Amino acid sequence: MSTRVKEILVVVLVLLFSAVIYAGKVSGWMTGVSFSPAVSVLVIVALAASLIVILVMTIKGRLVGRRTVFLYVGFAVALPLFMSISQYIPTSPEVRSLYEGLESLPDGSKVLVSFDYDPPSAPELQPMAESFFRYAFDRKFKVIIMGLWPQGPLQANQAIERVMQDEKYASLGLQYGVDYCNLGFQTGNEFVIQRMGSDFRSMFPTDYSGTHYEDLPIVRNVKNFSNVDYVFNLSAGYPGTIEWVQVAVDRYGVKLGAGNTAVQAPQCYPYLRSGQLIGILGGMNGAAEFEKMTGHEAKGTKFMLSQSFSHMIVIAFIIIGNVAFFMGGRKSNLSA
Amino acid sequence: MFWEHFALWVAAFLTLGIYSFLYKDNPWYKLCESIFVGISAGYWFVTLFWDNIYGKFWVGVFPTGDAQPDYWLLVGAALGLLMLLRLIPKIGWVSRWSLAFIVGATAGFYLINYFSSNVMRQVQDTVMPLFGPGFNASAYVIIGNIVVAVGTFTGLVYFFFSKEHKGAFGASAKIGIFFLMVTFGASFGYTVMSRMSLLIGRIDFLLSDWLGLIR
Repeated sequence: MSTRVKEILVVVLVLLFSAVIYAGKVSGWMTGVSFSPAVSVLVIVALAASLIVILVMTIKGRLVGRRTVFLYVGFAVALPLFMSISQYIPTSPEVRSLYEGLESLPDGSKVLVSFDYDPPSAPELQPMAESFFRYAFDRKFKVIIMGLWPQGPLQANQAIERVMQDEKYASLGLQYGVDYCNLGFQTGNEFVIQRMGSDFRSMFPTDYSGTHYEDLPIVRNVKNFSNVDYVFNLSAGYPGTIEWVQVAVDRYGVKLGAGNTAVQAPQCYPYLRSGQLIGILGGMNGAAEFEKMTGHEAKGTKFMLSQSFSHMIVIAFIIIGNVAFFMGGRKSNLSA
Repeated sequence: MFWEHFALWVAAFLTLGIYSFLYKDNPWYKLCESIFVGISAGYWFVTLFWDNIYGKFWVGVFPTGDAQPDYWLLVGAALGLLMLLRLIPKIGWVSRWSLAFIVGATAGFYLINYFSSNVMRQVQDTVMPLFGPGFNASAYVIIGNIVVAVGTFTGLVYFFFSKEHKGAFGASAKIGIFFLMVTFGASFGYTVMSRMSLLIGRIDFLLSDWLGLIR
């Protein structure tokens, strides 16, 4: 049997297997799998043992291929999702500072949330958005949503929808236009922030669904940043937190907290130390910490186990790779 | 209902297709990649057209209701059209007027913002007091302030190429390299975390939303 035929056969088998499981999900006989703590520990031990085997093989000169590394990263990410053990998540000063900034606001404050990201960054930023909305609705904040990225306001709608699936928030009777509103996307990057400094309405004459700005009770007395108590920015790049700091904070004296993707967070840390930012939620770790502080543990917390496992696997393979490198180097020296 | 199932399967098909590249370059991956590039280009074209050309320019110049038209937008549109003259080599030089305007305007805007936010505030934050009347900080904070000041100074020394890196100057530059390595390491660590988060998001989609395997 040729390699091509084998590959096609594997794809067909995977699809068939998936179709069976999917049918089980739809018909209801497949209700999901969860490892007990004992099984979870066994899985962890098995993974660790196999890594030691790989290390020994490497020392003996039998190197594993890159596909093995990918497979291990896949296991490290997927298996913890089934585990029923929890991970201790310590709170960092930057997240505590963001939380304390929010706590200092009186109930019913007006909060502007800018969604400056798109679906690829959702695994990190969507949990932050959801826990922020939960916290804001608990505190009866008036939430004004906007976006400097076209898909940002859509992400906001998804987060609100998900929060409203929770009975607690559905029963609050929150009204669109009174308790929260979505002003939508506006093109123009940092110039939008600049213009909002003098007049919100000039940038958002209508909201996301076309309702006129003056017909939204929540923003009736909001002319510019001086009528907003706090700005929370969820950002994955340009335009994002850096532009909000440069224009809204340094020009208009806005109180700004940010949630960033892990890639972007290191660029924003200098602003935290200088006090231009009140706090930062950096990546999935920041999301998990914020969930813990607000008491709304959700996907961020759930994913942290996978995150930690995958990091351990990466560290393990860095060690194995170094062993392979030095062993290879020593051998070549010997042969020379 | 059918479309919900269909959308889930399409999303799963595309996700697995993109990850199939980890095995090797293959037609399934190429198909998914082409779909992604095509849809992205189409999405951005439609978004930019409806947000900029229609939403900003057309609605601004020909507003509905009692709004006043903003004829300044015609100047922007004219500059935009001049940019397209690059397609005609003989009069392509005219596009430089638009470029000059863009470069001048953005440089002016960024100069003020960057100088205030990234220079003044950061320099102020780098040169922190270590002692003095009324100054009260823990040893941890003081050591942190020293590390930031030394790191910034030696990092700048490393990028000073007008003088040969030897003697005390060279030693400072070497310390600067050390700080830069630590910074790049921290950034790389965060990048790994970000990429893993994206992988977790997709695997959660496959195992949870698509197959319903996670309870």
